[in-house]
Amino acid sequence: MSIQEIQEEIVDEFSMFDDWMQRYEYMIELGKSLPLIEDKYKTDDNIIKGCQSKVWVHAEMKNDQIAFTADSDAIITKGIIAILIRAFSNQHPQDIIDADTKFIDEIGLKEHLSPTRANGLVSMIKQLKLYAVAYQTQLN
Amino acid sequence: MLNVQKIREDFPILKRQVNGKPLVYFDNAATSQTPQVVIDAIVDYYSNYNANIHRGVHSLSQEATDAYEKARKKIQRHFNAKHAHEIILTSGTTHSINIVATGFTTLLSEGDEIIVSALEHHSNIVPWQMLCERTGAVLKVIPMNQEGELLMERYDQLLSEKTKLVFVNHISNALGTINPIEYIINKAHEVGAAVLIDGAQSCPHIKPDVQALDADFYVASAHKLCGPTGVGLLYGKEAWLNKLPPYQGGGEMIDQVTFEKTTYAGLPHKFEAGTPNICGVIAFGTALDYMNTIGFDAIASYEKELLDYGTQQLLQIDGLKIYGTSVNKTSVISFNIEGIHPYDIGSIVDKLGVAVRTGHHCAQPIMDFYKIPGTVRASFSFYNTKEEIDILVNSVKKAATMLR
Repeated sequence: MSIQEIQEEIVDEFSMFDDWMQRYEYMIELGKSLPLIEDKYKTDDNIIKGCQSKVWVHAEMKNDQIAFTADSDAIITKGIIAILIRAFSNQHPQDIIDADTKFIDEIGLKEHLSPTRANGLVSMIKQLKLYAVAYQTQLN
Repeated sequence: MLNVQKIREDFPILKRQVNGKPLVYFDNAATSQTPQVVIDAIVDYYSNYNANIHRGVHSLSQEATDAYEKARKKIQRHFNAKHAHEIILTSGTTHSINIVATGFTTLLSEGDEIIVSALEHHSNIVPWQMLCERTGAVLKVIPMNQEGELLMERYDQLLSEKTKLVFVNHISNALGTINPIEYIINKAHEVGAAVLIDGAQSCPHIKPDVQALDADFYVASAHKLCGPTGVGLLYGKEAWLNKLPPYQGGGEMIDQVTFEKTTYAGLPHKFEAGTPNICGVIAFGTALDYMNTIGFDAIASYEKELLDYGTQQLLQIDGLKIYGTSVNKTSVISFNIEGIHPYDIGSIVDKLGVAVRTGHHCAQPIMDFYKIPGTVRASFSFYNTKEEIDILVNSVKKAATMLR
């Protein structure tokens, strides 16, 4: 599936919920399916700056596609990074760079996050895209 | 006895809803809410006598100057300073601390020692570290125990004739511990050191008497005392304030200016360069009147009741641990639930209308001491109720169920 298709799928899933409580519960569920980062990559260098809870992200290139793994010490944050990784993982770096992130607004994630956490969300997206830029440079 | 229901009527914001639920405001240690009389004072100033002060001969300027200086006198009386000119009006506690920390640059030499406490807020750590970098002075730290109390026997050992300055907060913002500042001040004076007390967290609960305390400097912010943001004070003993050089150059703080030499104005204007927050200072005066009308004894005893009730109710929650368990503490409860990140709890209870602070509370050394990323902090004020505490407890229980 393309990034666009996955994002639409996520938006569909979230549209089933009427209230924020169910959305949070779903986010917590999604966090459990997050491809976990190996412990050896849980270093300070891999912590995303701008998040108030700790978020580690690692990226590897396989067959011209980036596979992301991550973890967080906070459960809701883990759900957020899981959603992002589901959208961006196993994709070509150029597609990740080109992808828009309007789906975040469409699932109402931003409005349900405190400003500090919303900033963290921006940092997370930026970090995933930075990895894509780095790997794209290798391909060129 | 406080008539809390009547007091709540004074605060328009307490009527609003957040995320479809009635607001339960338990972030009072970050900032207090504003009563209508203070809002009215702000509106009145801009509606009727907005003018620059200490400058114009016109009537409006005179009125504004009178109101501003009257507010300074109110602040003087509230803190019981000997002179009104010992009250320097600032933008807040951080600004006040920086005036002193910068001023001491010329008064310290290499090898001098500065003592701070392990319970300090970043704003009471960083300015002193910067001062040490400028002067070669050494920063010493009074350690704390598991209950969040400073170890006075260790403080005694740190003091020597090298000690030039001691800085402690009266109450810890992260844990609520009330520190023994009388002892700290007396002991520092025995070795000839000056003491700055950070009253930002204590002023909403305890009316300080700077002369009885014999504090050399005392700092606080209006916005924790039902006043507006962007206003605070630096109290300093006259002799100390005269010793410190001006902090910023500009209008208001001068006596005579030529391109060859400028002579500075006397106290308090020496430290009040530029147009101050005139409206904010006047509204701060109104806020002090408001709080004094309610009465600090009544406030303290009611908040103690809230603290005891909140502590007892929160401890019923499985796995909940309170950080800061001194018997001498104010109405602040900092807690975590085993295995759950404080941000997760904060996010969920916010959705239930409860405003608490989560994080390190700008006191990372305290969090490092307990080896935790942060806490959830609920801080109660005299306008809060036991019913609101019940809502907090139920919200935290709900969050814990979701997050486990």
